[in-house]
Amino acid sequence: MAADVHKKKGWEVPNGSLAPGDGQHTERSESPTPGLAQGTEPGAGQEGAMFVHTRSYEDLTSPEDGAAAARSPEERRGEPAEPSSMEQISKDFSELSTQLTGMALDLEEEMRQSKEGKLEPSPQTTRRDSVLSGKEEEDVTMDAWRMHRKHVFVLSEAGKPVYSRYGSEEALSSTMGVMMALVSFLEAEKNAIRSIHADGYKVVFVRRSPLVLVAVARTRQSEQEIAHELLYIYYQILSLLTWTQLNHIFQQKQNYDLRRLLAGSERITDNLLDLMAHDPSFLMGAVRCLPLAASVRDAVSTSLQQAKAKSLVFSILLSGNQLVSLVRKKDQFLHPIDLHLLFNLISSSSSFREGEAWTPICLPKFNSSGFFHAHISYLEQEMDLCLLLVSTDREDFFTVSDCKRRFQERLRRRGVHHALQEALRTPFYSVAQVGIPDLRHFIYKSKSSGLFTSPKIEAPYVREEEKERLLGLYQYLHSRAHNSSRPLKNIYFTGPRENLLAWVTSAFELYICYSPLGTKAGAISAVNKLMKWIRKEEDRLFILTPQTY
Amino acid sequence: MGRDLGRHESFNESSLLQSAKPQLPMGMAQKATPGTSLEGIRPTYLYKVVLLGSTSVGKSSLAYRYVKNDFKESLPTVGCSFFTQTLNLEAGTVKFEIWDTAGQEKYHSVCHLYYRGAHAALLVYDITNKETLNRAKLWLRDLEKEFLPDEIVIALVGNKTDLAADREVATEEGEEFARTKGLLFMETSAKSNHHVNDIFMAIVSN
Repeated sequence: MAADVHKKKGWEVPNGSLAPGDGQHTERSESPTPGLAQGTEPGAGQEGAMFVHTRSYEDLTSPEDGAAAARSPEERRGEPAEPSSMEQISKDFSELSTQLTGMALDLEEEMRQSKEGKLEPSPQTTRRDSVLSGKEEEDVTMDAWRMHRKHVFVLSEAGKPVYSRYGSEEALSSTMGVMMALVSFLEAEKNAIRSIHADGYKVVFVRRSPLVLVAVARTRQSEQEIAHELLYIYYQILSLLTWTQLNHIFQQKQNYDLRRLLAGSERITDNLLDLMAHDPSFLMGAVRCLPLAASVRDAVSTSLQQAKAKSLVFSILLSGNQLVSLVRKKDQFLHPIDLHLLFNLISSSSSFREGEAWTPICLPKFNSSGFFHAHISYLEQEMDLCLLLVSTDREDFFTVSDCKRRFQERLRRRGVHHALQEALRTPFYSVAQVGIPDLRHFIYKSKSSGLFTSPKIEAPYVREEEKERLLGLYQYLHSRAHNSSRPLKNIYFTGPRENLLAWVTSAFELYICYSPLGTKAGAISAVNKLMKWIRKEEDRLFILTPQTY
Repeated sequence: MGRDLGRHESFNESSLLQSAKPQLPMGMAQKATPGTSLEGIRPTYLYKVVLLGSTSVGKSSLAYRYVKNDFKESLPTVGCSFFTQTLNLEAGTVKFEIWDTAGQEKYHSVCHLYYRGAHAALLVYDITNKETLNRAKLWLRDLEKEFLPDEIVIALVGNKTDLAADREVATEEGEEFARTKGLLFMETSAKSNHHVNDIFMAIVSN
């Protein structure tokens, strides 16, 4: 089993800047400037990162995609031109906003199209006269089925349905057959289909042999982002089966019905899709921490660290979808995607609330060929605090269960129980704490630590659709900033209901949303003030000193 | 087994105490437990029970009803869940270790881990779904491969008697099958708490 525990070399940073050198901490600046080196931005870990190092969102998928490779020279070329002062940024913004008038039009066009799209059935969905529907599944011939904003289908290369987000797979088998035919048709020409854009819809294909994943979406996301979500679904399936098993099955029997093996797990995939529509973690490719006083977090981490066992690789404490603490084996790094999958697994099942769960799980980004064994339990009935102990040895249930007991004992002895309970009462902070009147919401990601922070989404984004719309705007800015052919570093976007600003540097990414009455100058000073606030609060909002066993 | 016993004991106690008195600090809770002082007088038995059967026949619900005396609709179990329950009998204290396995096929490969060393197995089927009884028969074949006949107590459990209106498997059918295979048999309902305690008592007294 020890062989399972290996580091993915592809993620290492060539210059070894994974752990910022000691010299850098002393240089942590008061107010971060744009020229901030990676590793010194607010939220950057002081003693090495917890995660596999990801510089940007593209890194998450690039090794398989190969698409990001073309992008990196451009990125590098962009770096020396990093604006060095506020005036420079301000100048950049004014230049940009002239360019961006066109962009806003794009967006409006897109929105208008998607509204129209609601009225017309998609041309991509095949009509069928009679279909067999599952008991609780939606009837795929109904308009309601077509109205969904994003459909996701997974099929095998033999064209057999594996998963459908809405409607039963049986009823969709002919649709999936058509999808596979499209893929095969282009492959016969030594080509590959990536997407179809029509009538406000994007049909995105991701091929990961032996599976094909297809999304039919009329969201504002870019093709790249939809493909990224499909990859998450692929990894979710791997986490249940491992890549090795999946391939073995289809080598044995090409027309195998994979639903047999995935039965009972559909809700995990459903939950992942819902989570991706609400939680910016997936978009940012980063993890959010529960705001917690550094002293309390340190006590928790030390308790976790001391409750170790030989077979343990990761000890993770989480609340909701936020990280409280993570302790890892030396030299073993968890990938944010793997952590997201774990978060999703826990949030999709209420069964972990009772007793202690022990389940095989594959962390596909860490090692897609083997299973880890995870001990999952809640610390207390009433507390939203879930402990995940990831072990390499499936026989080690009692040893790992004892680690939990030892952790709880230490936690009690350190007397942080109460403080932890307090922190759980307010798992999200309000943007009002920042003290910038026009600021409505923001997302700040520290690239070197792979962590991000974001306040609670508050008024005027109250209803679910409004929250999704806000996330949609961030998605839009994000896709513009990370556009493969023309990446942008600064984006200023004036909309009818809010103004947004995005600022992407080699060290961090910042997206802010503020009042539509605010001015551009106001936004820039808000960014400055916000960055100072994040720096001041960084030891509460981030995990600065990650621990190892 | 003897070596394991000691190791499991400390674990069982603590997890039981937490469910009973979560507000008490560890040290206090231990003093408050009568079990600790009685241990010297009466023997303690560790009894490992494994719940097997198809998806959604009610394995987790049976375990939950037995351990917490409550019922709630639950989602499919991931991997397996582990519960403990202590039973004070005249003859001694019985510590139940209940392994509630997932019915899904993808977890079958790891199931033998959970039933290794088991003293009893509950083969659960759903009386409103004939197919689940057939699956239970397959589980039995698996168990027969793993254990000698006198090594393990096996009970066939027809769950969901509260849904008797949709019954697909007659009581006699289950009974008859259990009789030919020498299994204990009982029909239960985790929802209406019918025979749940009885079946656990039956396997331990057998």
